[in-house]
Amino acid sequence: MSTRGCLAANDWICGEYLRSRGQELTDATVQHVWITAVSVAIGLLVAFPLALLARSRPVFAGPVLGLTTLLYTIPSLAMFSLLLPLFGLSAGLVITGLVLYSLTILVRNILAGLDSVPEEAREAARGMGYGPGRLLWEVELPLALPALMAGLRIATVSTVALTTIGSIVGRGGLGNLIDDALQNFFKAQVLAASVLCVLLAVAADLLLLGVQRLLTPWTRIRTPRDTGRKGDKTRTGDTAPASAGAVG
Amino acid sequence: MGVLGEAWTWLATAGHWVGDGGVWHRLQEHVTVSATALLIACAIALPVAFFLGHLGRGGAVAINISNVGRAVPVFAVLALFMVSPLRNSGSVPTVIALVLFAVPPLLTNAYVGMAEVDRAVVEAARGMGMSGWQLFLRVELPLAHPLVMTGLRSASVQVVATATIAAMVGQGGLGRIITAGFNTYNTPQVVAGALLVALLALLVEGALLLLDRLIGPAAARRAPAAGAPAAPARKDPAAQDPARKDPARTTA
Repeated sequence: MSTRGCLAANDWICGEYLRSRGQELTDATVQHVWITAVSVAIGLLVAFPLALLARSRPVFAGPVLGLTTLLYTIPSLAMFSLLLPLFGLSAGLVITGLVLYSLTILVRNILAGLDSVPEEAREAARGMGYGPGRLLWEVELPLALPALMAGLRIATVSTVALTTIGSIVGRGGLGNLIDDALQNFFKAQVLAASVLCVLLAVAADLLLLGVQRLLTPWTRIRTPRDTGRKGDKTRTGDTAPASAGAVG
Repeated sequence: MGVLGEAWTWLATAGHWVGDGGVWHRLQEHVTVSATALLIACAIALPVAFFLGHLGRGGAVAINISNVGRAVPVFAVLALFMVSPLRNSGSVPTVIALVLFAVPPLLTNAYVGMAEVDRAVVEAARGMGMSGWQLFLRVELPLAHPLVMTGLRSASVQVVATATIAAMVGQGGLGRIITAGFNTYNTPQVVAGALLVALLALLVEGALLLLDRLIGPAAARRAPAAGAPAAPARKDPAAQDPARKDPARTTA
C-alpha cells in the first residue's frame, strides 16, 4: 500500500483502485452476469408454459397472474430470507428468488404478446392446415416477439439491480463488493461497483434490443403509414401497464 | 416445516417486540420513513406529471424516467449515501433513496393517465368554455384517476419494500430484524423478520386496493364512457396489477 495517493486518501474516483483490484472487479462482474443470465433464462423457461397454460385454460389465468403478482409484492430481502431454510447460503437461493421475481413481468408480457396476434393471421394459418404446435411456433410466437422481448428486457434490467441484494448471503456479484466496502467506508469501491452495475443493466438492455431487431426484421420495414408514428414499435412491445392500469 | 415453527416461536416471544431493536420500534421506523418518502415523492412527481400531461409535452421524458429507475440498484444508492457525509444525518439517506425510487412510477402513471384522456373530450370541454383549471379538475383528473391510483399503489408498495433494504447499510426499519438474524446465524429470526416484512408489503397492497375499490373506479366508471381511457377490461381480478411498475414502455 502506498501511503499517498487516492487509495489512502479514500477518494471517490481512484485509478489506483481500478488497477490494483481489477481482478476482484472482474470476478464480481462475472458472478453478477452469470447469476442474472441463469435467473432470466430459467424465468423464461418457467414463464412460457405458465403463460400458455393461463391462455389455454382460462380457469388458471387468475391464479397464475395472481400468484406471480403476489410474489412480486414480497420485498427482495424478505424473499431471499424466506428461501434460506430451503437452500442455505448458496447461489441457488439468489437465483430462485430472482426467477420468482422475473415471472410476473415475463408471464404478463408473453400473454399480452399472444393476445396481440391478429385473429385473421390465426385463421389464415389454420386454413393452410397448420396444427396448434406449428401455429404457435411459426405464427403466434414471431408476432408475439416484440411484447415478449420488451418483457425480457424489463425483467433483465430489474434482475441486474436485484442481484446486488444477494450479497446478504454473499452471492450478490457486484453487491458483494459494495457490501465489503461499506464496512470501511471505501468510497472508490462503492462507486466503481455501483457504476458497473448500472452499466451492466444498460448493456444487457441494449444487447436484448439488438437481438429483438435481429429476430423481427419485419418490424424494421417502414411503410408510409408508419412514418411520423414515432415509438409505434415500442407501443406494441409494451402492452404492459396502460391496459392494466386503467382497470384500476 | 420446523423453521416456520421456530419463526412463529420467535414472533410469539413478547421480549422480541419491545425495546430499542424490538419489532414495534422497527415497524414504527419503517412506517415513518416510508410515509415521509411517499409524501415527498407525491409532492414532487404529481404536479410535474399533471402539468406535463395537461400541456401534452415531455412524454418521452416521463416514460423513460421509469426505465432508468429500474436499472439503478437501491442497495448501491443507499451504500453511496452511507459513505458520503449524509451518513450522519439519521434516516435522511433512506428517505432520499426512497423518494428517488417512488418518483418514477408516480410520474409515469400520472402522465400516461393524463395523456390518454380522449382528445375529443378535451376539445368538447374547451368548446364549452372551460378554462385550463376547470378542464384539469373536472375532465382530465377524473379520467386519469385510475392510472394515477395505480402509480400510487405501485409506488407505495415499492417504498415499503425498499425501506427493508435500508437495513443492509445499517439504517433502521423492519429489515434490521432480518439482518440482525443473519449476523447471529439465527435463521428463525431471519424468517420471522421476512414474514413480517412480506406481510407489511401485502397489507399495504391490499389496503390500497380496497381503498381504490371503495372510492376509486366506481366514480370513474360513472364518468362519460366516451372519455374513459380505453382499457380492455381484463377477465381476471388479478389484472389489477400491483406488479406493474409503470407503463412498461421501453426506450427504443
